[in-house]
Amino acid sequence: MSTRFPLTLVLWLVIVFLIGPFLIIVAASFSAGETLAFPPQGFSLRWIFKVFTVESFRESFVTSMILAVGGTLVALVLGIPAAYAMSRYRLPFSETVRTVVSAPVIVPGIIVGLALLRYFVVPVGIPITLALFLAHTALVLPYAVRVVSASLANLRSDIEEAAVLLGSSRLGAFFRVVLPNIRGGILSAFILGFVTSFNQVPVSLFLSGPGIRTLPIDMLGYMEIVFDPSIAALSALLAFLSMGIVLMAERFLGFSRYV
Amino acid sequence: MSDPAYLSLEKLRLSYGDTVAVEGLDLAIGKGELVALLGPSGCGKTTTMRAIAGLLSPIGGTIRLDGADITRVAANKRQIGLVFQSYALFPHLTVFDNVAFGLKLKGITGNALREKVEAGLKSVGLANYAARKPPELSGGQQQRVALARSMVMEPKVLLLDEPLSNLDARLRLDMRTELQRVQAETGVTMIFVTHDQAEALALADRIVVMRDGRIEQIGTPEDIYNRPVSRFVADFVGFENVYAVRDGALHAEKGRVPFTGTLPPVAGLAFRPRHVELGAGPLSGIVRGVSFAGGTREYVLEAAFGMVKAEADAALPAWSLGEAIAFDLPLAHAAPLERD
Repeated sequence: MSTRFPLTLVLWLVIVFLIGPFLIIVAASFSAGETLAFPPQGFSLRWIFKVFTVESFRESFVTSMILAVGGTLVALVLGIPAAYAMSRYRLPFSETVRTVVSAPVIVPGIIVGLALLRYFVVPVGIPITLALFLAHTALVLPYAVRVVSASLANLRSDIEEAAVLLGSSRLGAFFRVVLPNIRGGILSAFILGFVTSFNQVPVSLFLSGPGIRTLPIDMLGYMEIVFDPSIAALSALLAFLSMGIVLMAERFLGFSRYV
Repeated sequence: MSDPAYLSLEKLRLSYGDTVAVEGLDLAIGKGELVALLGPSGCGKTTTMRAIAGLLSPIGGTIRLDGADITRVAANKRQIGLVFQSYALFPHLTVFDNVAFGLKLKGITGNALREKVEAGLKSVGLANYAARKPPELSGGQQQRVALARSMVMEPKVLLLDEPLSNLDARLRLDMRTELQRVQAETGVTMIFVTHDQAEALALADRIVVMRDGRIEQIGTPEDIYNRPVSRFVADFVGFENVYAVRDGALHAEKGRVPFTGTLPPVAGLAFRPRHVELGAGPLSGIVRGVSFAGGTREYVLEAAFGMVKAEADAALPAWSLGEAIAFDLPLAHAAPLERD
């Protein structure tokens, strides 16, 4: 017991600091009061309903969804062949490609955002919407490559040769034999990419402007003007959405194997 | 064997990365033959097999099959089957769909497909396993699925990579029988790669012994076993005592063998342990090792010219360690080597 006591203490501290703020937000969203406060004043569902009536939330939610789904899909379309090539062939620049591809994970988001804005959007003059989309794709790409690589590493390459000797083309073998066997990895990469993109703040902050903003940025903007519990309600809803997706992924795919 | 050169390799050169793995290989294989490519790892046997399958492009030479030059024909158009050492079954497909894979690509569907797949599975004794997935099968069963998957395609040549090496002793015998049966029933030309001389001797009509990317000897199992042409082949098939013949004398690693008599005009002589006569003779050695091997007892003798491996009937009384024994290397039993 004595040796386990510090460990138990640490565990509880972790729970308190990780789950605690989340519980406070959830509690605050049921408040009946006019301002964001804890402990909540009274009980009502009005702030939860209000979330759905705010026009800008609806717009930025759609923007975030498009960025998260579209960006992740594009990242996968680029990342799967890249991961495949790196796992199956000894390429001269494999290591360089791997480093470049994982750079967005290592470099702080605020720097990525600033760099994209200052040296890409402003001088080149590409539309901010496109820049935002490209930025999200780039941010998700490392996850796509890494997770797909992990699942390719578990797949023997001789099954492709077997498929070829049974009459399939090389490309056909990829679709018939490789893809079905890395489906779990691809879905996991998609979910991870989706969640990463959806919750992204620093990069989006630099690339949002009038007419285009992601949901987290919109929430920041909302809080500067209005200080009602609807922001807590929205935060709680998003947290549950993310958790739901990850739990389902774990349940059906064994998500944690790939990540 | 109506067609002596159903499959022929002519001056085949193969590289593996930057190194040349096979240099100027010439080999003709008859229709319906069962040929073993035998050699230690790195001898080029697997590389040769991959080139026949079309998984590797030669850097020189020609491969002909059934009268046509297939050197540049893509692997998926060659009608050559390959049973991989790891079996390479498709883990996401059932046994049925694994076997149906190639047939579907040929455009066979419906009842015709089902009949062919079922017949294929039945022939390897796995008719009841059609709905299983490969990971649920034992290694031996997986291999039979792989065999059925290749055989339903009615390949012109069936290649097998180390077909018995992953199986335990009892399954080895089953699979050996299985392969001989398949060969007898279908008359398919089979080439298998192995590093195990016993496997090659037991199964093949003809053995191709390879060394460093070249053919060292081609012959029937009897030829290879009894009449090795070189020290390399002799070592490989169990001649433990191999001596060079130079200037009319027999040379071992540490010096001349004091051999009386006339030596034949050959490059070397090889003696199996069981051909060493113990107990009498002009040579002598000290027993440095003795082990019981069932029917026989194996001895390691230290003679002045080097170590000699010998064998004697286990029913005879044993010599013990450190004892000096007289022995003889009878010329009548020696295998003459053309090359050292």
